[in-house]
Amino acid sequence: MGITVSNISKSYKDVKALQKISFEVKPNELFGLIGPDGAGKTTLFRILTTLLIANEGHATVAGFDVLDDFKEIRKHVGYMPGKFSLYQDLTIEENLEFFATIFGTTIEENYELIKDIYVQIEPFKDRRAGKLSGGMKQKLALSCALIHKPKVLFLDEPTTGVDPVSRKEFWEMLKRLQQKGITILVSTPYMDEAALCDRIALIQDGEILQIDSPENIVKQYPKTIYDVSANNMYQLINSLKAYQHQHSVYPFGEFVHYTDKRTDFNPKDLKQYLEAQQLSNIRIEKTQATIEDSFMELAK
Amino acid sequence: MLPIIFVLPLLQLVILSNAATFEVKNIKFAYIDHDHSSSSRALIEKFEASTYFNVLTDFPSETQASSAMLKGEVDVVLEIPSHFERNLQKEKNANLGITINAIDGAAAGVENVYVSQIIQSYNKHIKTDLMQRLDAQIQPVNIASIPLFWYNETLNYKTYMVPGILVLLVTMITLFLSGMNIVREKEIGTLEQINVTPIKKSQFIIGKLFPFWVIGMGLLTIGLILARLIFDVPMIGSLFLMYFYTSIYILVILGMGLFISNFTDTQQQAMFIAWFFTVIFILMSGLFTPIESMPEWAQTLTEFNPIKYFVEVMRMVMLKGSGLMDILPQLIKTLVYALIMNGLAVWSYKKAS
Repeated sequence: MGITVSNISKSYKDVKALQKISFEVKPNELFGLIGPDGAGKTTLFRILTTLLIANEGHATVAGFDVLDDFKEIRKHVGYMPGKFSLYQDLTIEENLEFFATIFGTTIEENYELIKDIYVQIEPFKDRRAGKLSGGMKQKLALSCALIHKPKVLFLDEPTTGVDPVSRKEFWEMLKRLQQKGITILVSTPYMDEAALCDRIALIQDGEILQIDSPENIVKQYPKTIYDVSANNMYQLINSLKAYQHQHSVYPFGEFVHYTDKRTDFNPKDLKQYLEAQQLSNIRIEKTQATIEDSFMELAK
Repeated sequence: MLPIIFVLPLLQLVILSNAATFEVKNIKFAYIDHDHSSSSRALIEKFEASTYFNVLTDFPSETQASSAMLKGEVDVVLEIPSHFERNLQKEKNANLGITINAIDGAAAGVENVYVSQIIQSYNKHIKTDLMQRLDAQIQPVNIASIPLFWYNETLNYKTYMVPGILVLLVTMITLFLSGMNIVREKEIGTLEQINVTPIKKSQFIIGKLFPFWVIGMGLLTIGLILARLIFDVPMIGSLFLMYFYTSIYILVILGMGLFISNFTDTQQQAMFIAWFFTVIFILMSGLFTPIESMPEWAQTLTEFNPIKYFVEVMRMVMLKGSGLMDILPQLIKTLVYALIMNGLAVWSYKKAS
């Protein structure tokens, strides 16, 4: 009842949006597609929701083939596109009622499923969807995608443009939905959200770089990472990039994530080098790799 | 939006029906009288008496008259040659020079007819005058035609224009609304959400059609009321028949609009295509220019013009009181057209790409 994708390719004229993508989402799994803008996430979603036909390959959603049984898929999946796409001139309640009717159900019938989410926007149910804030729009869109009790839920960048508090709430809601037996495929460009998924696929330029649980992906990071900081961030990055033994240098918040080519790397050598570059307050400390580091390493 | 949909077209109906006239009135008339005789003055008096002509002035010379026409100050110049009266009496024959500004060919044609009519009636007078003097025994044999204008006895152009303009408004509004509609949903992205639902293509199209169909019928109703109250257009035929035909006709236009909407990606594209078709349909509908005077190929093309049938039916039913059997050919063609266009609309709406 999950999702299987095998060798899916799709190109728009000369642009190869997806190249031989294969993966599997187990039933009742919260699976994340992590990748930057333009990686092919939306294309993949559109193929799986039967909106787009792939050039090659097969895929099934909830046990139905995306080509042969597309009608069944449309009955059993919920889709929340990246762009808010409900009727802006209908109110919250009207939108929900509209989608319930199209799916041949009523709000009351599946109210249990959306209750947690809907109660938060219910006080504004007579307000038009176009007049809602970003977080409220997103809750409404999720309610509409859930109103027919789908088996599989597709969420295309649901938290893009949403404030940090609402983002956190949103992921809590997803976890609760997962407990109700819904398979969820979610895409996001935010690496910090990746850690909240059961498994993730790192995707770039239409190709999957790695598929595993977030913990394993981080564990497999091949190098030791050092947080480096100094009094002048800009000069620090330039100096590190100019250092002959550097493997990777990425700014990461108030630190720079640094890895070295050598296996017998001694932070003291680096400190000496940086001091020679007229930097002061130098701190070099070991740190844990994050999904972002893994992604950067794989995308290299 | 709803007030705009209703108020603006009805304003158009009122303005256009009053303004779009084929009658030529207030013709600026001038003359050059080289003769200065009682006959020439009598002729000019005839023009002064006519309601169509505003006799402006007399010019002493032809050059001044032609420069005035160049400036657009006069439309028609009548030149009476010297010895006009003498020639008329002696030779029973005289020539007059008429110059008409023909930039607007249709108006010039009408002006020519008016001028000829006045000169003819003047001629008749002269003839009887001369004959009495010369030979009272011979009775003139004259054939005169007395036209009767059926279905619009007073040749009131409003009676003729109002049904036509009403047709235009109903057509344009419904075509533009439906043409913009699906493509607008494509633009805002709501169509994507709809496409992943199990809704059937035909259900979707019918859902799109119905509100515009109601608006179209509402527009017709208000238009007819205005036609009756303001323009006093006769409505001889059955109102029910008019509504029955319109209900099918609007389906053609809506099907067409949705078909356009399915094939375009932006509202601009849809707008442009809808505009392209309306202009062709309107100008080839027989509303402003008679279809009979078009070239053969254009006449064949008008067979595919739904507006043509609507204009015909409206005029037939409203002015002539035609019944169901009279409009049956138009009705059947429109029905077939409606089935084809809506079939195409459903077919061209693709949920997946």
